[in-house]
Amino acid sequence: MSMTPAPSDNIAALALGRRHRFQWWETLPWILALGFYFAFPRYLGFGTELLITVLFAISLDLALGYAGIITLGHAAFFGAGAYTVGMLAKHEIWTEPISGLVIAAIVSGLVGLLSGLVLLRTIGLTLLMLTLCTMGLLEEIANMAAEITGGFDGLDSLPIKPIFGKFEFDVLYSSTQYLYVLGVLLVCFLFVRMLVYSPYGHSLTGIRENTLRMHAVGAPVRWRLVLCYAMSAALAGVAGALWAQANAYVNLSTLGLDRAATVMIILVLGGYGRLYGSIVGAVAYMVLSHFLSKAYPTAWQLGLGLLLVVIALYARGGILGIADQLWSRLGRAQKHAQEQKPS
Amino acid sequence: MIEIANMLLGGLAAGMVLFIVSVGLSVTMGLMGFVNLAHGGFAMIGGYVIVLAMNRLGLPFLPAMALGFVVTAAVSAVLERLLYSRLYRAPELDQVLFTIGLVFMMIALVTVLVGPETQPLTLPTWMQGQINLGFMTYRAYSIIVIGVGTVIMLAIWLGFERTRMGAQIRAAVDNRRMAESLGINIARLFTITFAFGSGMAALGGGLGAEFLGLDPQYPLKYLVMFLIVVAVGGAGRITGVFYAALIIGVVDFTLKKYLPQGGTVFIYALTILLLLWRPQGLFGRPA
Amino acid sequence: MTALLETQSLNKNFGALHATRDVTFTLEEGARHALIGPNGAGKTTFINLLTGVLIPSAGTVLFKGRDITKIEQAERVKLGIARTFQINRLFRGLSVLENVYMSIAERVGAAPDMLRPAGRRGDVIDEAMELLTRLKLADVAHKMIPELPYGRQRLVELAITLGLKPQALLLDEPAAGVPSAESHIILDAIDALPKSIGVLIIDHDMDLVFRFAKKITVLVRGAVFAEGTPKEIGANPDVRAVYLGQATTHGA
Repeated sequence: MSMTPAPSDNIAALALGRRHRFQWWETLPWILALGFYFAFPRYLGFGTELLITVLFAISLDLALGYAGIITLGHAAFFGAGAYTVGMLAKHEIWTEPISGLVIAAIVSGLVGLLSGLVLLRTIGLTLLMLTLCTMGLLEEIANMAAEITGGFDGLDSLPIKPIFGKFEFDVLYSSTQYLYVLGVLLVCFLFVRMLVYSPYGHSLTGIRENTLRMHAVGAPVRWRLVLCYAMSAALAGVAGALWAQANAYVNLSTLGLDRAATVMIILVLGGYGRLYGSIVGAVAYMVLSHFLSKAYPTAWQLGLGLLLVVIALYARGGILGIADQLWSRLGRAQKHAQEQKPS
Repeated sequence: MIEIANMLLGGLAAGMVLFIVSVGLSVTMGLMGFVNLAHGGFAMIGGYVIVLAMNRLGLPFLPAMALGFVVTAAVSAVLERLLYSRLYRAPELDQVLFTIGLVFMMIALVTVLVGPETQPLTLPTWMQGQINLGFMTYRAYSIIVIGVGTVIMLAIWLGFERTRMGAQIRAAVDNRRMAESLGINIARLFTITFAFGSGMAALGGGLGAEFLGLDPQYPLKYLVMFLIVVAVGGAGRITGVFYAALIIGVVDFTLKKYLPQGGTVFIYALTILLLLWRPQGLFGRPA
Repeated sequence: MTALLETQSLNKNFGALHATRDVTFTLEEGARHALIGPNGAGKTTFINLLTGVLIPSAGTVLFKGRDITKIEQAERVKLGIARTFQINRLFRGLSVLENVYMSIAERVGAAPDMLRPAGRRGDVIDEAMELLTRLKLADVAHKMIPELPYGRQRLVELAITLGLKPQALLLDEPAAGVPSAESHIILDAIDALPKSIGVLIIDHDMDLVFRFAKKITVLVRGAVFAEGTPKEIGANPDVRAVYLGQATTHGA
């Protein structure tokens, strides 16, 4: 091998070898998020909700964007995590927040594993419908088991212990919550980032791009998908648990079609199948929603519907997809301009 | 004994409504392989046209139904030609996004134009009251719905089995490429089938206004229900949708009486188990 | 020569269609074996049966003497049976290198790794680049699939499969759709295949078949019609009649 031109000099090999390295601009969202904490102390409730939504969207991206599992039932796992924390706290069984997250992740991960084993035997409309059924099932059970879940009203005034015994949750301004959620989000984000750049993540992309081919190269496709779905569920569960802890209540809204459809819209809006799409989508959606949806609810729904139609027809890659296209047009224009210059 | 008959008749009537609404969804799913989550929206639009024509324009029941059918079929045909057809070969996610977006727009438009309240359906006098069945009397409305549903089912079935267009549709559902190479105009077939299915949904929306209600949230409230009926029956199978709708109607109706809390849980659980055992539905063909 | 991949009285029905009839077939180690036959003879169905994409209605499939009839596709790949597809099945959103990485990673067991970056598996990358260099694809390793001409895409299809280091390699019309100006790159690649693996090629191109094959099996309407060396098959009047008959019905 040493006599032939070293393959590792090849630009493709070099690119692949460098792909996972941290770029300088990847620190920007986190710096901005930290800056937000200092700049807008009165809006930290909104900020916390935003960060939790980002985590939820990232969890969906793992299943939908990277593995290609189309699900409208992802709120099942968000709710599972939220209710786990809620029930444990309300009935005074477990109130420590960080370990509460771990428990929630395990519970929702298990729900994801079991439902994935069962549902991922199907594809297409059948799968989509089964995800809706699973979510609906959990929603109805939560509604029915009112003594432990609070039924329609949910559980409120959840007692959550201070983080590390010292930092109490701030009921009024959510300052502790914000930093807490930001920290958890960072850890989860790094986990997903590692996953995405790993050989496992590469095989998920393969399954999404050409499932039949993956079977033909000996990949245990279903196991990979089930595992991915379970991890995605665990992350969604962490997001739900954070929601319950930050708000100190949990109700059926954590489990409904509304929440599941919204997170899918957010993901697609930002750009699915890419790490930062969730962040971009969540910021764009929640900012717009904050200003528009309460003031003009019907117009908001109309506009949202129109946006989805346009995205489906023309802008599948969402905001980041459009940004990509503009970037490459810019690059081509620059190249063209350079070629026009007299030498 | 009367109790059972009550259950059965009530359930059958509800099931018939489900059938009439869902048959269009089943055929388009089987024919185009298109995930149309906005199908309930057409049922809603048609239902509103029918009910408003009766309540505000004073149209009698049957002409109102005809109007609802025609208007909805026309609207859906236009949407199909302009928008839906561009996504037939698109990835499933795009189809899901498009139809969700469409249904949001439909809900918003109806809310703006008519208002968020439930629209009451005033039945014509000949549909009110009770019919004597010999061993018992039952609501005339429900009996008529059952009758109409059966007639529609037979008519559609005959249409599929006996007409040339029906044969073409069946051929295209079975093997689209083959059908195309036989010279069948697939695009035209899609439009006609889509329009017809949406028109049927309109009739179901109007007829079922008593059972399912008619308000702007209708398409999302019953989305899962329609999908379950289609999936359990097997996409593209008329008889399948029919039996699935009736079974689900009866089960749901009975459970609402005896197990008001657990009814939906039961249906969801049952659907999951059924589709795991037979992913193609009760009557569908294995993939 | 020992038997590598065998079928015994293999049958496959699709409802009333009897696609594979009682086929008893042997692919030997190191073989250069071709499967030919008129359109609709069931050649691709047969490959699907060999690879586990389809389960037979009757009969058995054996690999090195072991019954693999019930074993599914991915496991057969692990045993050493791999195929290419008649129409390219590539990962179109990825580069050539990333395409080949996929199969090599599966084979060496790197694929389930969630912790290390894919780019750090130097062994997989090196092997991929080596394979691409052998197939003269190294210069386009960084390009996305849609940027390549069809002939080179077909070569990537072959590369992905070769990354599995199969013992039995089944090529379904490897030169199909490739413009004649480019087809030599496919043919050269096939010529250069390791001598130890058993290769079965399905094709219509008689030049390719006669250039490559040491043994030919003729399939007609799902059943084995004739079998022998290229010389024997070429001289067989019945085979000529089957193909000529085919030609006249198509108005050639």
